[in-house]
Amino acid sequence: MSTITYSKKVLKEFTNPKNMGEIKSPDGVGKVGNPACGYIMQIHIKVDKNKSGKEILKDIKFKTFGCAAAIATSSMITQLAKGKTLDEAEKITRNDVAESLEGLPPVKMHCSNLASDALKKAIEDYRKKKKLKKIIPAVTAASSVVVMGK
Amino acid sequence: MKTIYMDNAATTRVDDEVLKEMIPYFTEKYGNASSMHFFGQEAKSALEKSRKIIAKEIGAKSEEIIFTSGGTEANNLTLKGLFFWNKENETGKNHIITTRIEHDCILNTCKWLERQGAQITFIDVDAEGFVNLKELENAITDKTIVVSVIHGNNEIGTIQDLEAIGKICKKKGTLFHTDACQSFTKTTLDVKKQNLDLVTLNAHKIHGPKGVGALYIREGIKIVPLFHGGGHERKIRSGTENVSSVVGFGKAIEVANKKDIEKMIVMRNKIIDGILKIPNTRLNGAAPLTETKKGLFNKAPEEKRLCNNVNISFNNIEGESIGGYLETFGICTSTGSACASHSLESSHVLKSIGLTPVQANSTLRISISKYTTEEEVNFLLEKLPQVVDKLRKMSPIA
Repeated sequence: MSTITYSKKVLKEFTNPKNMGEIKSPDGVGKVGNPACGYIMQIHIKVDKNKSGKEILKDIKFKTFGCAAAIATSSMITQLAKGKTLDEAEKITRNDVAESLEGLPPVKMHCSNLASDALKKAIEDYRKKKKLKKIIPAVTAASSVVVMGK
Repeated sequence: MKTIYMDNAATTRVDDEVLKEMIPYFTEKYGNASSMHFFGQEAKSALEKSRKIIAKEIGAKSEEIIFTSGGTEANNLTLKGLFFWNKENETGKNHIITTRIEHDCILNTCKWLERQGAQITFIDVDAEGFVNLKELENAITDKTIVVSVIHGNNEIGTIQDLEAIGKICKKKGTLFHTDACQSFTKTTLDVKKQNLDLVTLNAHKIHGPKGVGALYIREGIKIVPLFHGGGHERKIRSGTENVSSVVGFGKAIEVANKKDIEKMIVMRNKIIDGILKIPNTRLNGAAPLTETKKGLFNKAPEEKRLCNNVNISFNNIEGESIGGYLETFGICTSTGSACASHSLESSHVLKSIGLTPVQANSTLRISISKYTTEEEVNFLLEKLPQVVDKLRKMSPIA
C-alpha cells in the first residue's frame, strides 16, 4: 500500500524522537492537525528570560498522533527551537524543518510538516496569556485553572 | 537483522518448486507458443498444461481460461470488455453493479466507464464486510450487464458468499464476476456451484510469479478485447504468451494444499487472540470461529475470513507509525492509514464497514503465508505491545 521512502534522518528522528511528552503547567500550548487526516501535533512550551532579558524557549515538548514524518518533524522542531528566543523560534519555517531532516517525501511536505505551525501557535498562546495577565491578573488565574482542568 | 515478512496480501515469495519449474522456459524451452516448430510446440504444450490445471482447480474447461498479465488486467478486461461488447452490439445494457469494498482496479475502472456512459451501482456492506444481498438483488435491472463482487477482501479478509450471490444473478439473468485474487486456492472456488460467469485469478498471491494472471470466461460469453494484435488467447488477449510465468502459475496451484491452509488458520488465530489482548483494539472484518464463540460477532464461521489475514485497529495511534516501528524489528506489515496511501485518504474498505477516519488511520494489516513460522508469530506478539505502548505514550489523543 505504501511507496513512501524516508531519508535516514527522518527514520532516525522517528525511531528516537527527542523531547517527547508534556510540560506540567506549560506557558503556551499549540495544537494543529486533524485526526481524520491522520495526524495531530501538540507542542508545550516553557518560557524564561536569558541574560540579556530576552524571552527564550527554556523547554519544549511534543506529543504527536501521526505517521513517521509527523513524528520526525515534531521531534526536529523541538530541537531547532529549544533555547532560541521567541522571535527566532517563530521564524522557523516548514522548509527549515524539512531541510534539517534531509528532505521529506513530496507527498508529506504539506500534510505532515506542521510542527512549525504548532510551535507558532504555542508562542501565540503564550503571548495571549501574558497580555491577559497584564490586564486582569485575576482572569488569568481563573483561566489557568480551566486549562489545568482539561 | 532478520526480516519477517508479514505482508503476503501484497505479494508472496515464489515457491522453490515453482521457480525450478519456470527456469527451463527461460534458458532451454524459450519458444514462442505460436511458432509451428519444435520450440513453439514445446511452449504451447506447457501453456496448455497450466491452463488445464487452472481450469480443473475452479471446475471449468480449459478453453474457458484466458491468460493475462495479472489481476488488474483481468478485472479491466471483464468490465471494459463486457461494457463495450454491449455498446457495440447496441443491446441497450449499460449497467454494472459492484460493491464498495472492491480493489482499486475495479473501482477505478468503474469510474472511468461511468464517463463512457456506464451506469454504476455500488452495493453497501455490513460491519463485517459482507455484501447486502437484498440491496444487490434489488439493484439488478434489465439493463444490468454484470455483477462484480470481490471474493476474499484484500484488506479485511472477508470472504463473500459467492453461492448466494450466484443464485441471485442466475435468477435475475445477469452475469456474475468475482475477483478471486486473494482467495484463490485458499477457499472454495467452483464456477458451477457458485454460478460464476467470469473469475479473475493471479499467481503472485499464491507463491507464483508476478505479472501473470488469468480470466475465466464461461463458454458463450462475448467480450471485446483490450489489446488488439495477433489474436492470441482465442482473440481475447493478443500478445505473446508469458510462457515461463504461466508455467509457474500452474505449478503454484499444484503445490498449494489444505495442510498449509490449516497451518495458517492456527497462526492467524494466534495472532488475532494475541493482539486483542492489548487494550483498546478491534478486529476488522469477519471474526474467526474462536472469536464468534466469545460473542464478538455472531455469524462468521471459519470460511468467512481469509486464512492469512489479520486486520486490527489500535485506538489513538496511527497505522504507518505502528508499521514503521515494527519495521525497526524487521517485521514488515501494511496499513489502511491515509498517511501511507498515494491519495492521502484512508481506506475506502475500512470506511465502508463503518470505521471512522480516525479508526481507519489506526489500522495494521498483517498477512501471513505458509512460510510464516511460530517463532515469527511469537516475536510479533512480543514486540507489538511495546510498539503500541510507546506510540500511545506519544499520542496527544487520550
